[in-house]
Amino acid sequence: MNGINTTALAVFAALFVLVTVLGFFAARWRRADLHQLHEWGLGGRRFGTVVTWFLLGGDLYTAYTFVAVPALVFGQGAIGFFAMPYTIISYPFVFVVMPRLWNVSRRHGYITAADFVRGRFDSAALALAVAATGILATMPYIALQLVGIQVVLGAMGIQGRGWMAELPLVGAFVILAAYTYQSGLRAPALIAVVKDAIIYVTVAAAVMIIPSKLGGYAAIFAAVPPAKLILTPPNPGTLGQSSAYATLALGSALALFLYPHSLTGVLSSSGPGVIRRNSAMLPAYSFLLGLIALLGYMAIADKVDQVPAFADGFQQYGPNFSVPALFLHMFPPWFVGFAFAAIAIGALVPAAIMSIAAANLFTRNIYKEFIRPTCAGKEESTAAKMASLAVKFGALVFIVLVPQKYAIQLQLLGGVWILQTFPAVIVGLYTRRLHRWGLLAGWLTGMTLGTWMARELAFKATVYPLVVGGLVIPGYTALWALMANLAVAVVVSAALSGVGVANGQDATRAEDYRG
Amino acid sequence: MRRVWRWPLLLIVPFVGTLWVPFYNSLEPRIGGIPYFYWYQFLWVGISATLTAIVYFATRGADR
Repeated sequence: MNGINTTALAVFAALFVLVTVLGFFAARWRRADLHQLHEWGLGGRRFGTVVTWFLLGGDLYTAYTFVAVPALVFGQGAIGFFAMPYTIISYPFVFVVMPRLWNVSRRHGYITAADFVRGRFDSAALALAVAATGILATMPYIALQLVGIQVVLGAMGIQGRGWMAELPLVGAFVILAAYTYQSGLRAPALIAVVKDAIIYVTVAAAVMIIPSKLGGYAAIFAAVPPAKLILTPPNPGTLGQSSAYATLALGSALALFLYPHSLTGVLSSSGPGVIRRNSAMLPAYSFLLGLIALLGYMAIADKVDQVPAFADGFQQYGPNFSVPALFLHMFPPWFVGFAFAAIAIGALVPAAIMSIAAANLFTRNIYKEFIRPTCAGKEESTAAKMASLAVKFGALVFIVLVPQKYAIQLQLLGGVWILQTFPAVIVGLYTRRLHRWGLLAGWLTGMTLGTWMARELAFKATVYPLVVGGLVIPGYTALWALMANLAVAVVVSAALSGVGVANGQDATRAEDYRG
Repeated sequence: MRRVWRWPLLLIVPFVGTLWVPFYNSLEPRIGGIPYFYWYQFLWVGISATLTAIVYFATRGADR
Protein backbone atom coordinates (compact mmCIF):
# COMPACT_ATOMS: atom_id res chain seq x y z
CA MET A 1 0.00 0.00 0.00
CA ASN A 2 3.04 2.22 0.07
CA GLY A 3 3.38 3.95 -3.25
CA ILE A 4 2.11 2.88 -6.61
CA ASN A 5 2.47 -0.71 -7.78
CA THR A 6 3.85 0.18 -11.22
CA THR A 7 3.90 -3.24 -12.86
CA ALA A 8 0.42 -4.15 -11.72
CA LEU A 9 -0.89 -0.78 -12.78
CA ALA A 10 0.65 -1.05 -16.25
CA VAL A 11 -0.92 -4.44 -16.94
CA PHE A 12 -4.19 -3.23 -15.47
CA ALA A 13 -4.19 -0.13 -17.64
CA ALA A 14 -3.29 -2.06 -20.81
CA LEU A 15 -6.20 -4.46 -20.36
CA PHE A 16 -8.50 -1.61 -19.54
CA VAL A 17 -7.54 0.27 -22.70
CA LEU A 18 -8.12 -2.87 -24.75
CA VAL A 19 -11.58 -3.28 -23.30
CA THR A 20 -12.43 0.38 -23.69
CA VAL A 21 -11.44 0.40 -27.35
CA LEU A 22 -13.64 -2.65 -27.82
CA GLY A 23 -16.44 -0.80 -26.10
CA PHE A 24 -16.32 2.06 -28.54
CA PHE A 25 -16.12 -0.30 -31.50
CA ALA A 26 -19.15 -2.08 -30.12
CA ALA A 27 -21.19 0.82 -31.39
CA ARG A 28 -20.46 -0.49 -34.88
CA TRP A 29 -21.15 -4.13 -34.07
CA ARG A 30 -24.28 -5.44 -35.74
CA ARG A 31 -24.68 -1.87 -36.84
CA ALA A 32 -28.04 -0.39 -36.14
CA ASP A 33 -29.60 2.94 -35.37
CA LEU A 34 -28.57 3.58 -31.78
CA HIS A 35 -30.92 6.50 -31.63
CA GLN A 36 -33.70 3.92 -31.28
CA LEU A 37 -34.29 2.94 -27.67
CA HIS A 38 -34.77 -0.78 -28.31
CA GLU A 39 -31.49 -0.81 -30.23
CA TRP A 40 -29.53 1.17 -27.64
CA GLY A 41 -31.21 -0.54 -24.73
CA LEU A 42 -32.01 -4.12 -25.80
CA GLY A 43 -29.48 -4.71 -28.57
CA GLY A 44 -32.36 -5.33 -30.98
CA ARG A 45 -33.73 -8.27 -28.92
CA ARG A 46 -31.85 -10.91 -30.90
CA PHE A 47 -29.09 -12.28 -28.67
CA GLY A 48 -28.77 -16.06 -28.89
CA THR A 49 -27.80 -18.65 -26.30
CA VAL A 50 -24.12 -17.76 -26.22
CA VAL A 51 -24.34 -13.98 -25.93
CA THR A 52 -27.19 -14.32 -23.44
CA TRP A 53 -25.09 -16.68 -21.36
CA PHE A 54 -22.36 -14.09 -21.19
CA LEU A 55 -24.81 -11.28 -20.50
CA LEU A 56 -26.60 -13.11 -17.70
CA GLY A 57 -23.31 -14.41 -16.37
CA GLY A 58 -22.14 -10.83 -16.33
CA ASP A 59 -24.85 -10.15 -13.81
CA LEU A 60 -23.42 -12.77 -11.50
CA TYR A 61 -19.68 -12.38 -11.91
CA THR A 62 -19.43 -8.96 -10.47
CA ALA A 63 -17.80 -7.15 -7.62
CA TYR A 64 -20.50 -8.92 -5.62
CA THR A 65 -18.83 -12.25 -6.32
CA PHE A 66 -15.22 -11.15 -6.22
CA VAL A 67 -15.17 -8.61 -3.45
CA ALA A 68 -18.38 -8.52 -1.45
CA VAL A 69 -19.09 -12.21 -0.84
CA PRO A 70 -15.52 -13.23 0.08
CA ALA A 71 -15.36 -10.16 2.33
CA LEU A 72 -18.39 -11.37 4.26
CA VAL A 73 -16.97 -14.90 4.46
CA PHE A 74 -13.66 -13.42 5.62
CA GLY A 75 -15.30 -11.29 8.30
CA GLN A 76 -18.26 -13.40 9.44
CA GLY A 77 -17.69 -16.95 8.20
CA ALA A 78 -20.38 -19.40 7.08
CA ILE A 79 -23.21 -16.87 6.85
CA GLY A 80 -21.45 -15.27 3.86
CA PHE A 81 -21.80 -18.55 2.00
CA PHE A 82 -25.54 -17.91 1.56
CA ALA A 83 -24.62 -16.67 -1.91
CA MET A 84 -24.21 -20.31 -2.88
CA PRO A 85 -27.80 -21.53 -2.27
CA TYR A 86 -28.93 -18.15 -3.61
CA THR A 87 -27.47 -18.77 -7.04
CA ILE A 88 -28.40 -22.46 -7.01
CA ILE A 89 -32.11 -21.79 -6.59
CA SER A 90 -32.34 -18.75 -8.81
CA TYR A 91 -32.04 -20.77 -12.03
CA PRO A 92 -34.92 -23.21 -11.49
CA PHE A 93 -37.00 -20.15 -10.70
CA VAL A 94 -35.93 -18.42 -13.91
CA PHE A 95 -36.53 -21.60 -15.90
CA VAL A 96 -40.18 -21.72 -14.91
CA VAL A 97 -41.12 -18.06 -14.65
CA MET A 98 -39.15 -16.09 -17.20
CA PRO A 99 -40.31 -17.76 -20.44
CA ARG A 100 -43.82 -16.56 -19.55
CA LEU A 101 -42.59 -13.02 -19.18
CA TRP A 102 -40.61 -13.24 -22.43
CA ASN A 103 -43.62 -14.51 -24.36
CA VAL A 104 -46.03 -11.88 -23.14
CA SER A 105 -43.41 -9.16 -23.59
CA ARG A 106 -42.73 -10.20 -27.16
CA ARG A 107 -46.42 -10.31 -27.99
CA HIS A 108 -47.04 -6.82 -26.66
CA GLY A 109 -43.69 -5.12 -27.19
CA TYR A 110 -42.93 -4.76 -23.47
CA ILE A 111 -39.31 -4.02 -22.63
CA THR A 112 -39.61 -3.45 -18.88
CA ALA A 113 -41.46 -5.01 -15.98
CA ALA A 114 -43.42 -1.79 -15.59
CA ASP A 115 -44.62 -2.10 -19.22
CA PHE A 116 -46.02 -5.50 -18.37
CA VAL A 117 -47.70 -4.31 -15.17
CA ARG A 118 -49.23 -1.39 -17.05
CA GLY A 119 -50.76 -3.72 -19.62
CA ARG A 120 -51.78 -6.44 -17.22
CA PHE A 121 -53.39 -4.29 -14.55
CA ASP A 122 -54.33 -1.21 -16.55
CA SER A 123 -52.84 0.99 -13.85
CA ALA A 124 -50.41 3.82 -14.54
CA ALA A 125 -49.88 4.27 -10.79
CA LEU A 126 -48.84 0.65 -10.24
CA ALA A 127 -46.52 0.79 -13.26
CA LEU A 128 -44.97 3.96 -11.87
CA ALA A 129 -44.43 2.25 -8.52
CA VAL A 130 -42.70 -0.69 -10.22
CA ALA A 131 -40.54 1.60 -12.37
CA ALA A 132 -39.50 3.87 -9.51
CA THR A 133 -38.65 0.87 -7.32
CA GLY A 134 -36.48 -0.61 -10.07
CA ILE A 135 -34.53 2.62 -10.44
CA LEU A 136 -34.10 3.09 -6.69
CA ALA A 137 -33.03 -0.52 -6.08
CA THR A 138 -30.49 -0.45 -8.89
CA MET A 139 -28.56 2.44 -7.34
CA PRO A 140 -27.06 0.61 -4.33
CA TYR A 141 -26.29 -2.38 -6.57
CA ILE A 142 -24.30 -0.12 -8.91
CA ALA A 143 -22.72 1.39 -5.81
CA LEU A 144 -21.39 -2.04 -4.89
CA GLN A 145 -19.71 -2.27 -8.30
CA LEU A 146 -18.13 1.15 -7.85
CA VAL A 147 -16.83 0.04 -4.45
CA GLY A 148 -15.24 -2.98 -6.16
CA ILE A 149 -13.40 -0.81 -8.68
CA GLN A 150 -12.46 1.66 -5.97
CA VAL A 151 -10.90 -1.07 -3.80
CA VAL A 152 -8.69 -2.48 -6.55
CA LEU A 153 -7.57 0.98 -7.65
CA GLY A 154 -6.76 1.77 -4.03
CA ALA A 155 -4.93 -1.54 -3.66
CA MET A 156 -2.63 -0.61 -6.54
CA GLY A 157 -1.65 2.54 -4.70
CA ILE A 158 -3.89 5.02 -6.45
CA GLN A 159 -4.88 6.89 -3.38
CA GLY A 160 -4.16 9.99 -1.45
CA ARG A 161 -5.08 12.05 1.56
CA GLY A 162 -7.77 14.64 1.96
CA TRP A 163 -9.90 15.16 -1.11
CA MET A 164 -7.47 12.97 -3.05
CA ALA A 165 -8.70 10.01 -1.01
CA GLU A 166 -11.75 9.89 -3.25
CA LEU A 167 -9.61 9.60 -6.38
CA PRO A 168 -10.22 5.86 -6.96
CA LEU A 169 -13.95 6.36 -6.62
CA VAL A 170 -14.03 9.29 -9.01
CA GLY A 171 -11.91 7.30 -11.46
CA ALA A 172 -14.29 4.35 -11.27
CA PHE A 173 -17.25 6.59 -11.89
CA VAL A 174 -15.77 8.42 -14.86
CA ILE A 175 -14.76 5.19 -16.61
CA LEU A 176 -18.22 3.75 -16.20
CA ALA A 177 -20.08 6.85 -17.32
CA ALA A 178 -17.90 7.47 -20.35
CA TYR A 179 -18.29 4.15 -21.94
CA THR A 180 -21.95 3.34 -21.49
CA TYR A 181 -22.98 6.69 -22.84
CA GLN A 182 -21.69 5.90 -26.31
CA SER A 183 -22.73 2.36 -27.20
CA GLY A 184 -25.59 1.35 -24.96
CA LEU A 185 -26.06 -2.36 -24.35
CA ARG A 186 -23.81 -3.40 -27.22
CA ALA A 187 -20.74 -2.30 -25.29
CA PRO A 188 -21.27 -4.57 -22.27
CA ALA A 189 -22.42 -7.50 -24.41
CA LEU A 190 -19.26 -7.50 -26.48
CA ILE A 191 -17.00 -6.75 -23.55
CA ALA A 192 -18.69 -9.49 -21.52
CA VAL A 193 -17.00 -12.05 -23.75
CA VAL A 194 -13.51 -10.59 -23.24
CA LYS A 195 -14.25 -9.98 -19.60
CA ASP A 196 -15.24 -13.58 -19.00
CA ALA A 197 -12.04 -14.81 -20.63
CA ILE A 198 -9.95 -12.64 -18.29
CA ILE A 199 -12.09 -13.68 -15.33
CA TYR A 200 -11.80 -17.41 -16.04
CA VAL A 201 -8.01 -17.16 -16.07
CA THR A 202 -8.08 -15.23 -12.81
CA VAL A 203 -10.53 -17.60 -11.14
CA ALA A 204 -8.59 -20.64 -12.27
CA ALA A 205 -5.39 -19.16 -10.87
CA ALA A 206 -7.07 -18.08 -7.66
CA VAL A 207 -8.79 -21.37 -6.85
CA MET A 208 -5.81 -23.55 -7.81
CA ILE A 209 -2.60 -21.64 -7.15
CA ILE A 210 -3.62 -20.00 -3.88
CA PRO A 211 -4.85 -23.22 -2.21
CA SER A 212 -1.72 -25.07 -3.33
CA LYS A 213 0.43 -22.35 -1.77
CA LEU A 214 -1.60 -22.61 1.43
CA GLY A 215 -1.33 -26.41 1.58
CA GLY A 216 -4.66 -27.39 0.03
CA TYR A 217 -8.31 -26.84 0.87
CA ALA A 218 -8.08 -29.06 3.95
CA ALA A 219 -5.38 -26.81 5.39
CA ILE A 220 -7.40 -23.71 4.59
CA PHE A 221 -10.48 -25.00 6.41
CA ALA A 222 -8.27 -26.14 9.29
CA ALA A 223 -6.92 -22.60 9.66
CA VAL A 224 -10.40 -21.15 10.20
CA PRO A 225 -11.90 -21.28 13.72
CA PRO A 226 -14.48 -24.14 13.64
CA ALA A 227 -17.23 -21.93 15.04
CA LYS A 228 -16.87 -19.69 12.01
CA LEU A 229 -17.25 -22.60 9.59
CA ILE A 230 -20.89 -23.32 10.38
CA LEU A 231 -23.91 -21.23 11.26
CA THR A 232 -24.65 -20.56 14.90
CA PRO A 233 -27.17 -23.30 15.71
CA PRO A 234 -30.66 -22.60 17.06
CA ASN A 235 -30.92 -22.13 20.82
CA PRO A 236 -33.99 -22.05 22.96
CA GLY A 237 -35.47 -18.65 22.18
CA THR A 238 -33.72 -18.02 18.88
CA LEU A 239 -33.22 -19.70 15.51
CA GLY A 240 -29.61 -18.50 15.40
CA GLN A 241 -28.20 -17.88 11.95
CA SER A 242 -30.14 -20.67 10.23
CA SER A 243 -33.17 -18.56 9.41
CA ALA A 244 -30.99 -15.65 8.37
CA TYR A 245 -29.05 -17.88 5.98
CA ALA A 246 -32.11 -19.40 4.33
CA THR A 247 -34.02 -16.13 4.04
CA LEU A 248 -31.02 -14.27 2.65
CA ALA A 249 -30.66 -16.97 -0.01
CA LEU A 250 -34.36 -17.13 -0.87
CA GLY A 251 -34.89 -13.38 -0.82
CA SER A 252 -31.86 -12.76 -3.00
CA ALA A 253 -32.92 -15.46 -5.47
CA LEU A 254 -36.46 -14.13 -5.83
CA ALA A 255 -35.12 -10.59 -6.15
CA LEU A 256 -32.40 -11.33 -8.71
CA PHE A 257 -34.60 -11.45 -11.76
CA LEU A 258 -36.77 -8.54 -10.73
CA TYR A 259 -33.86 -6.15 -11.16
CA PRO A 260 -34.23 -4.16 -14.36
CA HIS A 261 -30.83 -5.33 -15.59
CA SER A 262 -31.62 -9.04 -15.20
CA LEU A 263 -34.85 -8.53 -17.10
CA THR A 264 -32.86 -6.75 -19.79
CA GLY A 265 -30.69 -9.86 -20.07
CA VAL A 266 -33.77 -12.07 -20.29
CA LEU A 267 -35.75 -9.92 -22.70
CA SER A 268 -32.83 -9.24 -25.05
CA SER A 269 -32.53 -12.99 -25.66
CA SER A 270 -34.10 -14.35 -28.81
CA GLY A 271 -36.61 -16.71 -27.20
CA PRO A 272 -37.89 -18.88 -24.33
CA GLY A 273 -35.72 -21.78 -25.51
CA VAL A 274 -32.63 -19.62 -25.03
CA ILE A 275 -33.77 -18.74 -21.51
CA ARG A 276 -34.44 -22.37 -20.54
CA ARG A 277 -31.16 -23.62 -22.00
CA ASN A 278 -29.32 -20.93 -20.09
CA SER A 279 -31.02 -21.81 -16.82
CA ALA A 280 -29.69 -25.32 -17.19
CA MET A 281 -26.19 -24.11 -18.08
CA LEU A 282 -25.68 -21.16 -15.74
CA PRO A 283 -25.09 -23.28 -12.61
CA ALA A 284 -21.54 -23.59 -13.91
CA TYR A 285 -21.26 -20.05 -12.63
CA SER A 286 -22.60 -21.07 -9.22
CA PHE A 287 -19.87 -23.63 -8.75
CA LEU A 288 -17.15 -21.09 -9.38
CA LEU A 289 -18.96 -18.55 -7.24
CA GLY A 290 -18.71 -20.99 -4.34
CA LEU A 291 -14.98 -21.41 -4.87
CA ILE A 292 -14.54 -17.65 -5.07
CA ALA A 293 -16.47 -17.23 -1.83
CA LEU A 294 -13.88 -19.47 -0.21
CA LEU A 295 -11.24 -16.85 -1.04
CA GLY A 296 -12.47 -15.29 2.21
CA TYR A 297 -11.18 -18.31 4.14
CA MET A 298 -7.97 -18.33 2.12
CA ALA A 299 -7.43 -14.74 3.23
CA ILE A 300 -7.90 -15.89 6.83
CA ALA A 301 -5.51 -18.82 6.35
CA ASP A 302 -2.97 -16.48 4.77
CA LYS A 303 -3.37 -14.02 7.67
CA VAL A 304 -3.40 -11.09 5.26
CA ASP A 305 -4.90 -8.83 7.92
CA GLN A 306 -1.69 -9.16 9.91
CA VAL A 307 0.61 -8.12 7.06
CA PRO A 308 1.85 -4.61 7.96
CA ALA A 309 1.84 -3.48 4.32
CA PHE A 310 -1.93 -4.09 4.14
CA ALA A 311 -2.84 -2.30 7.38
CA ASP A 312 -3.67 0.89 5.51
CA GLY A 313 -5.88 -0.92 3.04
CA PHE A 314 -7.85 -2.75 5.71
CA GLN A 315 -8.27 0.47 7.61
CA GLN A 316 -9.60 2.24 4.55
CA TYR A 317 -11.73 -0.48 2.95
CA GLY A 318 -12.36 -2.93 5.81
CA PRO A 319 -13.01 -6.59 5.01
CA ASN A 320 -13.68 -5.58 1.38
CA PHE A 321 -9.91 -5.37 1.10
CA SER A 322 -9.39 -9.07 1.88
CA VAL A 323 -9.38 -10.45 -1.69
CA PRO A 324 -7.21 -7.67 -3.16
CA ALA A 325 -4.80 -8.16 -0.25
CA LEU A 326 -4.75 -11.91 -0.83
CA PHE A 327 -3.94 -11.41 -4.53
CA LEU A 328 -1.22 -8.86 -3.74
CA HIS A 329 0.31 -11.30 -1.27
CA MET A 330 0.07 -14.38 -3.48
CA PHE A 331 0.64 -13.29 -7.06
CA PRO A 332 3.53 -11.62 -8.90
CA PRO A 333 2.79 -7.94 -9.68
CA TRP A 334 2.01 -8.50 -13.37
CA PHE A 335 -0.64 -11.05 -12.51
CA VAL A 336 -2.01 -8.81 -9.78
CA GLY A 337 -2.61 -6.26 -12.53
CA PHE A 338 -4.34 -8.91 -14.62
CA ALA A 339 -6.53 -10.13 -11.76
CA PHE A 340 -7.43 -6.60 -10.67
CA ALA A 341 -8.40 -5.79 -14.24
CA ALA A 342 -10.67 -8.85 -14.14
CA ILE A 343 -12.33 -7.55 -10.97
CA ALA A 344 -12.65 -4.00 -12.25
CA ILE A 345 -13.98 -4.95 -15.67
CA GLY A 346 -16.16 -7.51 -13.96
CA ALA A 347 -17.66 -4.64 -11.98
CA LEU A 348 -17.83 -2.26 -14.91
CA VAL A 349 -19.86 -4.49 -17.24
CA PRO A 350 -22.74 -5.20 -14.86
CA ALA A 351 -22.72 -1.61 -13.66
CA ALA A 352 -23.15 -0.54 -17.28
CA ILE A 353 -25.94 -3.05 -17.87
CA MET A 354 -27.63 -1.93 -14.66
CA SER A 355 -27.53 1.75 -15.45
CA ILE A 356 -28.80 1.16 -18.99
CA ALA A 357 -31.65 -0.95 -17.70
CA ALA A 358 -32.64 1.64 -15.12
CA ALA A 359 -32.46 4.26 -17.85
CA ASN A 360 -34.80 2.25 -20.08
CA LEU A 361 -37.19 2.10 -17.19
CA PHE A 362 -37.11 5.82 -16.58
CA THR A 363 -37.56 6.70 -20.23
CA ARG A 364 -40.34 4.27 -21.05
CA ASN A 365 -42.34 4.35 -17.88
CA ILE A 366 -41.78 7.75 -16.35
CA TYR A 367 -40.54 10.24 -18.96
CA LYS A 368 -42.74 9.08 -21.82
CA GLU A 369 -45.68 8.13 -19.69
CA PHE A 370 -45.93 11.22 -17.54
CA ILE A 371 -43.68 13.96 -18.87
CA ARG A 372 -43.35 13.88 -22.66
CA PRO A 373 -45.84 11.42 -24.17
CA THR A 374 -44.96 12.47 -27.72
CA CYS A 375 -41.23 11.92 -27.48
CA ALA A 376 -39.73 9.34 -29.82
CA GLY A 377 -36.55 8.30 -31.61
CA LYS A 378 -33.59 10.47 -30.80
CA GLU A 379 -35.22 12.44 -28.00
CA GLU A 380 -36.14 9.17 -26.32
CA SER A 381 -32.64 7.69 -26.45
CA THR A 382 -31.13 11.00 -25.31
CA ALA A 383 -33.43 10.98 -22.30
CA ALA A 384 -32.29 7.42 -21.57
CA LYS A 385 -28.62 8.41 -21.74
CA MET A 386 -29.18 11.29 -19.33
CA ALA A 387 -31.13 8.99 -17.01
CA SER A 388 -28.31 6.45 -16.99
CA LEU A 389 -25.96 9.22 -15.85
CA ALA A 390 -28.39 10.23 -13.12
CA VAL A 391 -28.63 6.66 -11.84
CA LYS A 392 -24.84 6.49 -11.55
CA PHE A 393 -24.85 9.69 -9.54
CA GLY A 394 -27.46 8.10 -7.31
CA ALA A 395 -25.09 5.18 -6.78
CA LEU A 396 -22.35 7.60 -5.80
CA VAL A 397 -24.67 9.17 -3.24
CA PHE A 398 -25.21 5.76 -1.60
CA ILE A 399 -21.47 5.26 -1.25
CA VAL A 400 -20.89 8.68 0.24
CA LEU A 401 -23.90 8.75 2.59
CA VAL A 402 -23.79 5.19 3.93
CA PRO A 403 -20.21 3.91 4.03
CA GLN A 404 -20.43 0.15 4.47
CA LYS A 405 -18.14 -2.14 6.36
CA TYR A 406 -19.47 -4.93 4.14
CA ALA A 407 -20.13 -3.91 0.54
CA ILE A 408 -22.63 -6.75 0.21
CA GLN A 409 -25.08 -4.74 2.31
CA LEU A 410 -25.53 -2.40 -0.64
CA GLN A 411 -26.80 -5.24 -2.80
CA LEU A 412 -28.98 -6.60 -0.01
CA LEU A 413 -30.46 -3.16 0.51
CA GLY A 414 -31.40 -3.02 -3.18
CA GLY A 415 -33.01 -6.43 -2.72
CA VAL A 416 -35.24 -5.15 0.07
CA TRP A 417 -36.80 -2.68 -2.33
CA ILE A 418 -36.89 -4.62 -5.59
CA LEU A 419 -38.53 -7.63 -3.95
CA GLN A 420 -41.58 -5.50 -3.24
CA THR A 421 -42.43 -5.62 -6.95
CA PHE A 422 -42.73 -9.42 -6.78
CA PRO A 423 -46.52 -9.55 -6.27
CA ALA A 424 -47.27 -7.27 -9.23
CA VAL A 425 -44.68 -8.69 -11.64
CA ILE A 426 -44.28 -12.39 -10.82
CA VAL A 427 -47.63 -13.22 -9.21
CA GLY A 428 -49.13 -11.03 -11.92
CA LEU A 429 -47.71 -13.39 -14.57
CA TYR A 430 -49.96 -16.14 -13.24
CA THR A 431 -53.09 -14.50 -11.91
CA ARG A 432 -55.05 -11.32 -11.96
CA ARG A 433 -56.91 -12.14 -8.79
CA LEU A 434 -54.93 -9.51 -6.89
CA HIS A 435 -56.56 -6.15 -7.44
CA ARG A 436 -54.46 -3.30 -8.84
CA TRP A 437 -55.16 -1.11 -5.82
CA GLY A 438 -54.52 -4.05 -3.52
CA LEU A 439 -51.13 -4.54 -5.17
CA LEU A 440 -50.38 -0.86 -4.79
CA ALA A 441 -51.35 -0.92 -1.11
CA GLY A 442 -49.19 -4.01 -0.61
CA TRP A 443 -46.26 -2.39 -2.38
CA LEU A 444 -46.56 0.72 -0.20
CA THR A 445 -46.66 -1.43 2.93
CA GLY A 446 -43.64 -3.49 1.85
CA MET A 447 -41.59 -0.45 0.87
CA THR A 448 -42.41 1.37 4.09
CA LEU A 449 -41.76 -1.60 6.35
CA GLY A 450 -38.59 -2.64 4.50
CA THR A 451 -37.17 0.87 4.58
CA TRP A 452 -38.13 1.28 8.23
CA MET A 453 -36.39 -1.97 9.20
CA ALA A 454 -33.34 -0.96 7.15
CA ARG A 455 -33.32 2.36 8.97
CA GLU A 456 -33.58 0.63 12.35
CA LEU A 457 -30.41 -1.21 11.32
CA ALA A 458 -28.82 2.11 10.23
CA PHE A 459 -28.80 0.83 6.59
CA LYS A 460 -25.77 -1.26 7.57
CA ALA A 461 -27.37 -4.65 8.06
CA THR A 462 -30.28 -6.41 6.43
CA VAL A 463 -31.05 -9.22 8.84
CA TYR A 464 -33.86 -8.14 11.11
CA PRO A 465 -34.63 -10.19 14.24
CA LEU A 466 -38.36 -10.71 14.17
CA VAL A 467 -39.84 -11.83 17.49
CA VAL A 468 -42.77 -14.22 17.17
CA GLY A 469 -44.28 -15.51 20.40
CA GLY A 470 -41.00 -15.17 22.31
CA LEU A 471 -38.97 -16.84 19.55
CA VAL A 472 -36.39 -14.65 17.83
CA ILE A 473 -36.30 -15.28 14.09
CA PRO A 474 -33.48 -13.38 12.42
CA GLY A 475 -34.36 -13.05 8.74
CA TYR A 476 -33.70 -11.02 5.61
CA THR A 477 -35.63 -7.75 5.81
CA ALA A 478 -36.69 -8.13 2.18
CA LEU A 479 -38.69 -11.27 2.96
CA TRP A 480 -40.35 -9.84 6.06
CA ALA A 481 -41.42 -6.84 4.01
CA LEU A 482 -42.62 -9.09 1.18
CA MET A 483 -44.78 -11.09 3.57
CA ALA A 484 -46.46 -7.93 4.83
CA ASN A 485 -46.76 -6.76 1.22
CA LEU A 486 -48.53 -9.96 0.12
CA ALA A 487 -50.79 -10.04 3.17
CA VAL A 488 -51.98 -6.48 2.59
CA ALA A 489 -52.36 -7.12 -1.16
CA VAL A 490 -54.56 -10.17 -0.54
CA VAL A 491 -56.74 -8.53 2.12
CA VAL A 492 -57.24 -5.26 0.25
CA SER A 493 -57.91 -7.14 -3.02
CA ALA A 494 -60.56 -9.26 -1.36
CA ALA A 495 -62.18 -6.19 0.16
CA LEU A 496 -62.17 -4.21 -3.12
CA SER A 497 -63.51 -7.14 -5.13
CA GLY A 498 -66.21 -7.64 -2.52
CA VAL A 499 -67.30 -4.02 -2.85
CA GLY A 500 -67.03 -4.31 -6.63
CA VAL A 501 -64.34 -1.72 -7.41
CA ALA A 502 -63.32 -2.03 -11.08
CA ASN A 503 -60.00 -3.79 -11.73
CA GLY A 504 -59.31 -2.26 -15.16
CA GLN A 505 -58.88 -3.94 -18.54
CA ASP A 506 -56.35 -6.73 -18.97
CA ALA A 507 -54.49 -6.07 -22.24
CA THR A 508 -53.05 -9.60 -22.26
CA ARG A 509 -54.74 -12.93 -22.96
CA ALA A 510 -53.98 -16.34 -21.49
CA GLU A 511 -52.40 -17.61 -24.72
CA ASP A 512 -49.95 -14.68 -24.81
CA TYR A 513 -47.98 -16.30 -21.99
CA ARG A 514 -47.33 -19.54 -23.84
CA GLY A 515 -44.71 -20.09 -26.51
CA MET B 1 -50.54 -31.98 -21.49
CA ARG B 2 -51.03 -32.77 -17.87
CA ARG B 3 -47.86 -34.86 -17.62
CA VAL B 4 -45.80 -32.15 -19.27
CA TRP B 5 -47.07 -29.73 -16.69
CA ARG B 6 -45.87 -31.96 -13.87
CA TRP B 7 -42.21 -32.00 -14.86
CA PRO B 8 -41.36 -28.52 -13.50
CA LEU B 9 -42.42 -29.71 -10.04
CA LEU B 10 -39.01 -31.43 -9.96
CA LEU B 11 -37.54 -27.96 -9.65
CA ILE B 12 -38.96 -27.57 -6.15
CA VAL B 13 -36.42 -30.14 -4.98
CA PRO B 14 -33.36 -27.80 -5.02
CA PHE B 15 -35.27 -25.26 -2.93
CA VAL B 16 -35.89 -27.83 -0.21
CA GLY B 17 -32.39 -29.26 -0.41
CA THR B 18 -30.59 -25.95 -0.07
CA LEU B 19 -32.94 -23.87 2.09
CA TRP B 20 -33.55 -26.32 4.93
CA VAL B 21 -30.43 -25.50 6.88
CA PRO B 22 -30.68 -28.37 9.45
CA PHE B 23 -29.86 -30.75 6.56
CA TYR B 24 -26.32 -29.49 6.39
CA ASN B 25 -25.30 -27.21 9.24
CA SER B 26 -22.44 -29.34 10.55
CA LEU B 27 -18.71 -29.82 10.11
CA GLU B 28 -18.79 -33.63 9.89
CA PRO B 29 -18.53 -35.77 7.86
CA ARG B 30 -15.67 -34.09 6.07
CA ILE B 31 -14.47 -35.13 2.63
CA GLY B 32 -10.79 -34.48 1.99
CA GLY B 33 -10.80 -32.04 4.88
CA ILE B 34 -13.73 -30.07 3.47
CA PRO B 35 -16.52 -29.67 6.04
CA TYR B 36 -19.93 -31.16 5.23
CA PHE B 37 -21.54 -27.70 5.17
CA TYR B 38 -19.50 -26.82 2.08
CA TRP B 39 -19.32 -29.99 0.01
CA TYR B 40 -23.03 -30.60 0.54
CA GLN B 41 -23.87 -27.24 -1.02
CA PHE B 42 -21.40 -27.70 -3.87
CA LEU B 43 -23.08 -31.03 -4.56
CA TRP B 44 -26.40 -29.22 -5.03
CA VAL B 45 -25.03 -27.18 -7.91
CA GLY B 46 -24.71 -30.42 -9.84
CA ILE B 47 -28.04 -31.85 -8.68
CA SER B 48 -29.89 -28.64 -9.50
CA ALA B 49 -28.29 -28.37 -12.94
CA THR B 50 -29.15 -32.00 -13.67
CA LEU B 51 -32.77 -31.57 -12.61
CA THR B 52 -33.09 -28.43 -14.72
CA ALA B 53 -31.63 -30.24 -17.72
CA ILE B 54 -34.04 -33.16 -17.24
CA VAL B 55 -37.00 -30.79 -17.13
CA TYR B 56 -35.64 -28.96 -20.16
CA PHE B 57 -35.44 -32.08 -22.31
CA ALA B 58 -38.71 -33.50 -21.00
CA THR B 59 -40.70 -30.38 -21.78
CA ARG B 60 -38.87 -29.18 -24.88
CA GLY B 61 -41.22 -28.42 -27.72
CA ALA B 62 -44.23 -28.82 -25.46
CA ASP B 63 -46.74 -26.02 -25.53
CA ARG B 64 -46.52 -24.61 -22.04
